[in-house]
Amino acid sequence: MSEPVKVAIIGSGPAGLSAASRAAQLGLSHVLLEKTDHLSDTIYKYQKGKHVMATPNRLDLRSDCRFDEGARETILGIWDEDAASNKISVAYHAEVVEVTGEKGAFQIKTAKGDIIVAEHIVLAIGTQGNPNRMRCPGNDLPHIIYTVDDPEDFKDKHITVVGSGDAGIENALGVAEEALENTVTILNRSKDFARAKPKNVSDMMEAGENGSMSIRTETQPKLVEPGWLTLETPTGDEKIECDVIVARLGSVAPRAFVESMGIEFTGPDREAFPKLSPTFETTVPGIYVIGALAGYPLIKHCMNQGYDVVEFLNGNQALTPADEKDLAAIFAGLPQQKSVSEWLEFLRTRIRIFADVSPLQMREFMLDSKIAFYRTGDVVFEKDEPGSSLFAIADGQALVEVAPGVTVPIEEGSIFGEVGLISGRKRGARIRAGADSIFVEVSRTAALKLMGSVPGAKRVINRISLERQLLQIFKGGLTVEDLAPVVDDAEVIRVPAGKVVLQEGDAGDDVYVIRSGSMVVEKDIGGKPIFLRYLPAGSYFGEMAVLSGAPRNATVKAAVGSEVIKLTGAGFKAMLAARPQVREATEKAVAERAQMNSFIESRKASYSSAVDLYSDTATFIMKEGLGEATDALLIDENLCVGCDNCEKACADSHEGLSRLDREAGKTFAHLHVPTSCRHCEHPHCMADCPPNVIHRGPDGEVFMEEGCIGCGNCMRNCPYGVIRMEAAPPEKPSLLRWLLTGFGPGPGEPSPKWTKANMPEGKKPKKIAVKCDMCKGISGGPACVRACPTGAAIRVSPEEFLSIARLEEDAG
Amino acid sequence: MASLFQRRRNKATQTERIRERRHEGFLRHADFRWAKISGGLCLLVIISYALVDVTPRHNGGSWYGYTLGTIGAGLILWLTALGYRKRKMTSTAWSLKAWTSAHVYLGLSLIVIGTWHTGFQLGWNVHTLAWALMMLVILSGLYGVIAYATLPKALSNNRDEMTQMQMLEAIRAFDRQLHAAAQPLTPEDTAPVLAALEEDPFAGSIGARLSGRYPKCATAAALRTLSASRSSDAEAREKVVGLLSQKEAALTRLRRHLRIRGLLEIWLYVHVPLTFALIAALSAHIISVFFYW
Repeated sequence: MSEPVKVAIIGSGPAGLSAASRAAQLGLSHVLLEKTDHLSDTIYKYQKGKHVMATPNRLDLRSDCRFDEGARETILGIWDEDAASNKISVAYHAEVVEVTGEKGAFQIKTAKGDIIVAEHIVLAIGTQGNPNRMRCPGNDLPHIIYTVDDPEDFKDKHITVVGSGDAGIENALGVAEEALENTVTILNRSKDFARAKPKNVSDMMEAGENGSMSIRTETQPKLVEPGWLTLETPTGDEKIECDVIVARLGSVAPRAFVESMGIEFTGPDREAFPKLSPTFETTVPGIYVIGALAGYPLIKHCMNQGYDVVEFLNGNQALTPADEKDLAAIFAGLPQQKSVSEWLEFLRTRIRIFADVSPLQMREFMLDSKIAFYRTGDVVFEKDEPGSSLFAIADGQALVEVAPGVTVPIEEGSIFGEVGLISGRKRGARIRAGADSIFVEVSRTAALKLMGSVPGAKRVINRISLERQLLQIFKGGLTVEDLAPVVDDAEVIRVPAGKVVLQEGDAGDDVYVIRSGSMVVEKDIGGKPIFLRYLPAGSYFGEMAVLSGAPRNATVKAAVGSEVIKLTGAGFKAMLAARPQVREATEKAVAERAQMNSFIESRKASYSSAVDLYSDTATFIMKEGLGEATDALLIDENLCVGCDNCEKACADSHEGLSRLDREAGKTFAHLHVPTSCRHCEHPHCMADCPPNVIHRGPDGEVFMEEGCIGCGNCMRNCPYGVIRMEAAPPEKPSLLRWLLTGFGPGPGEPSPKWTKANMPEGKKPKKIAVKCDMCKGISGGPACVRACPTGAAIRVSPEEFLSIARLEEDAG
Repeated sequence: MASLFQRRRNKATQTERIRERRHEGFLRHADFRWAKISGGLCLLVIISYALVDVTPRHNGGSWYGYTLGTIGAGLILWLTALGYRKRKMTSTAWSLKAWTSAHVYLGLSLIVIGTWHTGFQLGWNVHTLAWALMMLVILSGLYGVIAYATLPKALSNNRDEMTQMQMLEAIRAFDRQLHAAAQPLTPEDTAPVLAALEEDPFAGSIGARLSGRYPKCATAAALRTLSASRSSDAEAREKVVGLLSQKEAALTRLRRHLRIRGLLEIWLYVHVPLTFALIAALSAHIISVFFYW
């Protein structure tokens, strides 16, 4: 057992390193525990030469280590220097397996059996976890690796990949590249590849068929020897040549380890973080959590927290966080003068959704939020304006214009704008300040994070949003009180794509409101399901049966993964009975829908082929995921001559990279859905963007602003494969010069060869995410459509494209 | 006519974008706006030609002839500008479709403007050369219009959701499998398979590409030889024959793809150079006319 230290820091990434440096500078006895033989393993494992970004730009760095954006090697080099100059005491190969004891005398046991005694512990272990190791004899040999940095490091080798999840398959495909001349074998313990994505499995199967890889199922490694690997196969043991083993057996998430110390998390879901005090202290006194594990994946945040946490545990009470001046700037425009912490407390006590939020979380949310003072009558936002942020009323009140001249007040402490947050659709009404007011505007990402980490906030937002959605749909003087019986029994149901919610002919009187996603309505006519209508989020269905008492007259199913709110028929009827105007309006809407249904039915008899085509086209479009699109590129292949001018225009209107692949994608009845962004209602790409640079713009476009760190999350999250990770090519010579002298690559995206040859010396471009921004800021609109010589390319939203007018035109 | 020029100002601000709800081809663009304008222009020329009395007779040198000639020359230069315009991306509201539509219909109107400009005086001289080149350019353009109107459907049908790269990749995949499958064959059976493997899918003359006929196709030859051969192990040979016929089908698809793309593009290799020849002849025509003065 060694000397007790004041603080033991577990994990030597940016957060841990910065904490240890601060401790060393303050002269605290400390030890930095690192499980590998080098600092900052996560960044160490980045691919060679990867450009590391330093976002957010507005945040100042406060650390004894330096950091600026640059290549992985440069950054790691600087940190090694700083670790040495700060005289940090580092224990390498110190993997922590157990922590016992309490504040003042924690006992930290490492895998080697050493015990370290520390008064405080700072956990900075990130979220990567430890890779599972191979278990057969010989598993400690050096030629077993757990990551592949660069497939090109392996040439002419016998490589065996163990584990056939996505990581294993991707590594195997990487090293099996023909030019590398490796002999690659991939092992799978079971018969099928259930854990991997279908795309990866099919790529692997193809590689297997054409002989570039050998795939062995129901096979596991039995004995590892230098140069050889013995396999246990269904037909007995077999020894194969093997120079390198890539083991991709998944990893143990750090959560179990953290919980084993007694630290509580905010909730059971995957996104939950440890509960933390404003000084990063967990529910176990003396243990602090910082960095990615605390929910801050960006390097700068991590480094600042490392500095702060050591200052805090050294007794520095006066330290204000590095974001103090940013927060002060956020509050600067308000009429009252208060300190940052007073403001935070003011908001926390006044606003219902912030009631359960910790002071630390509050700082975080405010950094992603705006707060503003509005005079009586000021417009906060207009009806039909796109926007997905959430507003909370800290002071005063808001007035919703539900109809011209009719307003409904929203009281202090409540929220508005939540419909855009949940459904991603445009604003439903104009909002004005009803008195001199202070409103907080929380960005969509911050609001979603709030809902994810604070269950109380989620409940409040859900309840309010349901009430509002119903008020908006059923208008006519309904009040929140009228809705109470409906809302109390309401149930939110998740519906996977394609699942039937209502079946034609069934009895039932529940009414459904689409909260997110979209639905299609079909009717069985002549033994064939005929598409009747597309219902976007915010619509309701099932009301016909309530009014008529008859069985369901059409089938409703989810076009994409959706959420619906089920209201009981009895509650709905009670609501209608309370307000005759609502009943009248609903009956009118029902009559309109019924009229359209009978129109299609009547057409079916006389123009069956037109109706069939309309219906089949609609089905195809929904199958291609356009049910969640707000604006998609559709190509009529009766008109497309394949000139690719759309792609060229796209590249030339942006920084030389095309955001669409015309030829790829599915086609039905000559209607082609190319690989290009659909600007989804709930953009998958937005789900996990560490620097939060993906937003929805004023025209509904989903775009990226500056500051992409090149992590590739959005690319992997996009189910339609429309985001590329690419570096911008150098500028091209002008078009006239190309036309007259042939100099340069001509219109469109330059070839990789030209780009390589013309890249200025010493400039290594960053690969960042490239996606369609619907030609935001270009007054003429999308270049792909304007550049189509034949009119084959148009951009449409599904409800416009599948309008009934289309059928009327076709049917004549 | 006024309504034709009443352009819907595409005030494409970021909050209110004008969008088309349906596909509308360049020929139908804006309810045949340019067909109507061009037709009206032709009608105007024909009627005024009959009404205007030029002595001694209609010819290119009269004031009326000069007017038509100037309009025609201006049109030719404007029509040529399409080649630049389609490659030049600008940010303002314009549509290449509208340009194409105007290009087609105004180009056709040149038949009337140009011919009526001559006063039907044709001969063996540089003036008639310019006229003849213009007619050839229009004729090749007419082919282009027909190709654009009819071929895309065939291209789409043949492609069957595959991209050109995927077609090539499919052929390469068959090649790799053939390479492995042909190992047990006898040398005389291997030779044609090797020839098939070495074949470049893009090889072949322009004639072959446009007609889609490749009589010297090594894959087809290998398929014939191996189907008739009795020398190798039957099972191995059958596998190779199967792969060869799959490869042949993939090749046929790619060749049909290249053929249709070729047919969609080949006319431009006539249309564009002829346009430049026309502009040269036109310049000569205009300069020489000044000597007559």
